[in-house]
Amino acid sequence: MEAGRSPNIKMLTNADFLGLEGKPGDFTAKLRLRPRYIDADNCTACGLCTQYCPRHHVDKYNEGLAMTRPIHIDYAQAVPATYYIDPGSCLYLQHETCQICVPVCQSHAIDFSQQPEELDLKVGAVILSPGFGKIGEKTLEQFGYNKHPDVVTSIEFERMTTASGPFQGEIKCFSDGRHPKRIAFIQCVGSRDLGCDNGYCSSVCCMYSIKEALVAKEHDPSVEITIYYMDIRTQGKEFDKARQRAENMGIKFVRAKVADVTPWKNNLRLTYSTLEARHSFAEFDLVVLSVGLESPKDAQGIAKIAGIELNRYDFCKTETFSPLTTSREGVIVAGAFQGPKDIPESVTQASAAAGLAAGLLTKQRGQGVVHKSYPEEQEMGDEVRIGVFVCHCGINIGAVVNVPQVEQSTADMEGVVYHTDSLYSCSQDAQEVLKQKIKEHNLNRVVIAACSPRTHEPLFQETLKDAGLNRNLIEMVNIRDQCSWVHATEPDAATDKSKDLVRMAVAKVRGMKSLPEQTVPVTPKALVIGGGIAGMTAALSLSDQGFESLLMEKGKALGGNLGLLNTTLAGDESADYLKGLVDRVRKSKLIHVVTEAELASLSGFIGNFSSVVASGSGAKKKEITFDHGVVVLATGGREHRPDLYLLGKNNKVVTQQELELQLAKTKKAPESVVMIQCAGSRGDDLSYCSKVCCNHAVKNALKIKELNPDAQVVVLYRDMRTYGFAEDAYREARLGGVVFIPYDVARKPEVYEKGKKLHVRFFDTILQEELDLAPDQVVLSVGIVPEGTQELSKLLKAPLTDEKFFLEAHVKLRPVELSVDGVYVCGLAHGPKPLDETIAQAQAAAAKAAIPLVKGAVSVAPIVSVVDQESCIGCGLCASLCPYQAIEMVKVDNKRKAQTIAASCKACGICASHCPSFSIAMGSFTNEQINAQIAAFGGVREKEKAEVA
Amino acid sequence: MSEQFSPKILGFLCNWCCYAAADAAGVSRYQYPPNLRTIRVMCTGRVDPAFIFRGFIEGADGIFTGG
Repeated sequence: MEAGRSPNIKMLTNADFLGLEGKPGDFTAKLRLRPRYIDADNCTACGLCTQYCPRHHVDKYNEGLAMTRPIHIDYAQAVPATYYIDPGSCLYLQHETCQICVPVCQSHAIDFSQQPEELDLKVGAVILSPGFGKIGEKTLEQFGYNKHPDVVTSIEFERMTTASGPFQGEIKCFSDGRHPKRIAFIQCVGSRDLGCDNGYCSSVCCMYSIKEALVAKEHDPSVEITIYYMDIRTQGKEFDKARQRAENMGIKFVRAKVADVTPWKNNLRLTYSTLEARHSFAEFDLVVLSVGLESPKDAQGIAKIAGIELNRYDFCKTETFSPLTTSREGVIVAGAFQGPKDIPESVTQASAAAGLAAGLLTKQRGQGVVHKSYPEEQEMGDEVRIGVFVCHCGINIGAVVNVPQVEQSTADMEGVVYHTDSLYSCSQDAQEVLKQKIKEHNLNRVVIAACSPRTHEPLFQETLKDAGLNRNLIEMVNIRDQCSWVHATEPDAATDKSKDLVRMAVAKVRGMKSLPEQTVPVTPKALVIGGGIAGMTAALSLSDQGFESLLMEKGKALGGNLGLLNTTLAGDESADYLKGLVDRVRKSKLIHVVTEAELASLSGFIGNFSSVVASGSGAKKKEITFDHGVVVLATGGREHRPDLYLLGKNNKVVTQQELELQLAKTKKAPESVVMIQCAGSRGDDLSYCSKVCCNHAVKNALKIKELNPDAQVVVLYRDMRTYGFAEDAYREARLGGVVFIPYDVARKPEVYEKGKKLHVRFFDTILQEELDLAPDQVVLSVGIVPEGTQELSKLLKAPLTDEKFFLEAHVKLRPVELSVDGVYVCGLAHGPKPLDETIAQAQAAAAKAAIPLVKGAVSVAPIVSVVDQESCIGCGLCASLCPYQAIEMVKVDNKRKAQTIAASCKACGICASHCPSFSIAMGSFTNEQINAQIAAFGGVREKEKAEVA
Repeated sequence: MSEQFSPKILGFLCNWCCYAAADAAGVSRYQYPPNLRTIRVMCTGRVDPAFIFRGFIEGADGIFTGG
């Protein structure tokens, strides 16, 4: 949507990639544009053509669960919002008949004369993001897919549960349309399976299955759901909490391999074997196959054309230390083509890729950029003309709140001249309608009753600007997040609440005025806090893009945790990489390194921060003041030291990090080792999973086996989370004789001393008996804790998670930004993650941080306070109360008056609520407007009283 | 009294914390009674005590400020 609106993004859909010649900064990409047979400029996406088209066509967007017509649009929010004709089934294109659509289309958009076009595109860099492919049906058929209609893939199930999907969110069995009462999820279908040559783990299926199971439970709380899994891999930030929630809701998790799915009376019978090698059967109405992420269908073709190498699974080949760089310079990869990954990771990589591309193109920066222009703001006139738009949000609102009733209730409200409803008011076509209606009815104020202004107000404000209205002339009413979603079982009360809220919003907008836009210049420098790999990568990435930064490190040397590692799981020598990285940082003219540094103070706001950095100690202590436009937080983390399993009490008990250094130093491996995973994590001292420990354990186990093939290595684990391509190493370790034994959380292993010997006693879930080993060493996988986040959080007023990691502005859509403007986060400060993800995230943070630096100015939301100096009595109360030092006292005609520093103002309104002479107005939150809202709230009461009387 | 008392509550919600939390409650589908009518402010610092009195005058049974 946002991409579709940008004047600097050209979208070529229906396009094939044919060739790529040239070098970084000067590529020529050859493309073929397939005809759409519809003129995109004329199509209004009205949908009349689809209604008249006589031919049926399988709806591929809905996974074949519905039928559409050859002339169609995939979904309402599609960008561009233009229909297209599938040449494979169109009667005219196949048999030269029909053409019914041509006269039906009122805007004469249908054009059968369109031919494929070839296009040479001059570009400086190429980003490959073709996504992922589907698991072959042969693999699915092992589980009864295609043989029984009630075996579906998770993607089909997702479409089924989606409100805007083919069944409006109703879950049913295909065999007879009944609502399933028992649903099974089978994990790892097409993943971790050498049978279909997908040795890797698809990383996302455990989490999406939990999500789908939760959604199904929400639809029907009585449904029984069982998830059959090998390891539950919810390694992402806060993911384990979702699993916990699922368990609390009664979703069952069974560690088992499913052997077969066969028809059984009306139902399906699952045959599965559990850890203790017992075969069991269970009956289900519906079986969902949690399908993995395959490499894209035409991966080899893309690789050949782009001239890049693939890995053994046909995903793009990349290295740990340059996770987004392909084997061809100037060609960058992002998303699932780089390896299976979820949305936050993909978004992070996309930002990082954009930053890398910008780094390649610094010389050409600014050329050909189109600055969006808006029509001139029209005069508002004296008459209040309000338009009210009430959104169904698919069934999110419409299924609970009676939307037509809410819309109708506005009909007789003062000032309302137009009101309507829409299925999705945020879709591109609905935005067009909004623009049209503003013009048609000469609207000068708009009320949108839909979702949260926190997420969607900018979108609607943009549309208002496009329609020639000041962007402040809108008020959003949140009838989804704060109404239909939280009063799901009380439709009448929710409808009443929506009506009241809309009435209050209408009262508020009546008093709204156009507010002028303000911009503030940006100091084009960055402060990077933390000199580990994340901070160094971010600083280098910014320097590649031409921006200066101050890189502060609290330790004596750069390097952070990377200095404590020896090799990566892929076998790279980390010391070499670290040395190279530090050299590059030291050589860069744009990076000022300060070690033994401490942040003495930080003040200001996006574009205009000022920090005091103290360094050294004693007589050498000095302070420097640094002005900067943005902050990148890369404060890192460290190994957690739990008071468990005799760590710190018996020197034979060490952590994985200590073992790694010991192995590197002595080049000798112990004869016998027991590793205990999740020591202190996932419910003990730390509630979360640290994501890297399983890989670390496998890496060390392999190293031990390499040094001493006869060594006995036993790994006691809860879930092995060697996600992605690390699964190969896990398999290699098993083949190499490393013994992996799961333990039950209710029956954790015990470490104790007996004489001089160290013992580990644990319950072997495979043998079903208690074992006692006396290994040379016990190695704990201890997890990661963040460092210094609490102090910084206070300084920056940036929120933390319960676990004291920085909380991103939006988990999926803004994964490297904090809610404080101009502050970005990467590395362990954001959450535990392995090296390649840290590097990509640091590049992403740098790319995001570079945006205001490139622009050179930030615009201030016009909701800030404005002092009416005419009536200001100069008491200074506001200036003394302002928590952001955003009000200064100035002399005007020799009288003391208050004045707002717009860029510092956070629009909190403390000044306005304390001003004794009512001289301070908050844009969009004036006394008049809030009083009008309160009065409208009261008006509702009056009506009720009248009814009672 | 046969009918249960159902208070009308007027709420002032801070955009950054309480309003965000109310959104989050929605995303998590936490259910709560539908008696609250809210006014979003950029900070509860914006809430002039006069707003509270006015709310009562206009017939609120209770005023909620979240910030």
